[in-house]
Amino acid sequence: MADPIVIIDYDAGNLRSVQRACAEVGARAVISNDPVRVKAAARIIFPGVGAAGSAMASLRRNGLAEALSGAVGDGTPVLGICLGLQISLRHSEENDTQTLGLIPGQTRRFRLDRPELKIPHMGWNEVRPVRPHPLLDGIEAGDEFYFVHAYYPAPEDQACVYAHTTYENDFAAAVGRNNYFGVQFHPEKSGRVGLSLLDRFTRWDGQC
Amino acid sequence: MLSKRLIACLDVRDGKLAKSVRFVNTKDIGDPVEKAREYYADGLDELVFYDITASSDKRAIMLDVVEAVAKEVFIPLSVGGGVRSVADATDLRLAGAEKINVNSAAVARPALIAECAEAIGNQNVVLSMDIRQVPESAACPSGYEIVINGGRTPMGIDGLAWALEGEGLGAGELVVNAIDADGTRDGYELKLTAMIAEAVRIPVIASGGAGRPEHLKEALTTGKADAALVASMVHYGDYRVSELKRWLHREGVKMRMSW
Repeated sequence: MADPIVIIDYDAGNLRSVQRACAEVGARAVISNDPVRVKAAARIIFPGVGAAGSAMASLRRNGLAEALSGAVGDGTPVLGICLGLQISLRHSEENDTQTLGLIPGQTRRFRLDRPELKIPHMGWNEVRPVRPHPLLDGIEAGDEFYFVHAYYPAPEDQACVYAHTTYENDFAAAVGRNNYFGVQFHPEKSGRVGLSLLDRFTRWDGQC
Repeated sequence: MLSKRLIACLDVRDGKLAKSVRFVNTKDIGDPVEKAREYYADGLDELVFYDITASSDKRAIMLDVVEAVAKEVFIPLSVGGGVRSVADATDLRLAGAEKINVNSAAVARPALIAECAEAIGNQNVVLSMDIRQVPESAACPSGYEIVINGGRTPMGIDGLAWALEGEGLGAGELVVNAIDADGTRDGYELKLTAMIAEAVRIPVIASGGAGRPEHLKEALTTGKADAALVASMVHYGDYRVSELKRWLHREGVKMRMSW
């Protein structure tokens, strides 16, 4: 039988916090690096911190890149988190890496010409939905999520951008297309509003 | 716009919450898991556990505390105190810590910072520095010196130089803990905090000396800190986390106000 939620394990950081947050909203999530299990999962969480280059190498080596792309093609609801979102785009400036290309666009590095802005963008910041999406239901003005990143997603098609956050400039904090949705922040570390997004994901049918 | 962070530090000894004044005379003041839960519900932005247990079986006790807290507290959790190796850091991360604080062991062996950054990512390595004011000298031109072992051992290393070296080795964040101010409730060491915050590109957490809400505002404005760390102010019930955040917000400091 297919797992209800598979958290993809590709040597890109500590995934147990995502698993704990799923448990908190009543969902059983397994952590797996088995492409067969990933492909068959009812839902997939694609998390990750770390560098795009080594993450892509690990995904390809383990057959996970194909499994994930296949699952997205089959309509499986997928939630990308942080690096998981960034490498869903076509290319990343980090290590000049060709990434999965599930969404047309690039991952760019913050330039941060203003010395008072620190790298990484670390801490709580407001996420402002720019168009409705089932996973963003219930987010209110002023709700903040926890971010830690030095690179940000820049999709080509603005129709894929579902929320903005302001640091150096406005960047895409949530990106989606069909059954794929990615967030630059960490819902598993964002208190009540983050848990609520994960809760909606555990019930999302992949339609938007 | 990025919010400033309010961080509470819980000193843990033998699995219990302790609080020291100028790093001596520690006394137990409660259950860390219960405090963590209370602060989380009250809008705390980040939590730090500092293990001050002296016994040799400390690691196991601390791992239990971290694991229990990580199950119900969904904000960044940072842990330090006696981290000497990548294995220590990895164990704490698996138990549920997001960030790992290194301190004395990194002073003794700076490569520890680079090793941890490589293993768990720069952004998860926090260099915690205990610093005291000294006369300016060739060894300490900034007028601030690194001390270790809970403030007991002066190292003859310049505070500002160590902050820059730590950043260069891959630390993702710095805690500037002013030993002279620690536990006094007379306010943070603003000059020291601003000096370091202006010299590095990574976030700086002001620590040591908070007693009144005004002190937090000073640290986050003139002190140039990205986050302010509190302990006794909230542990003894003098102030609530939410009350401090509301006050700062009213004073014009950008804080996360919905939780």
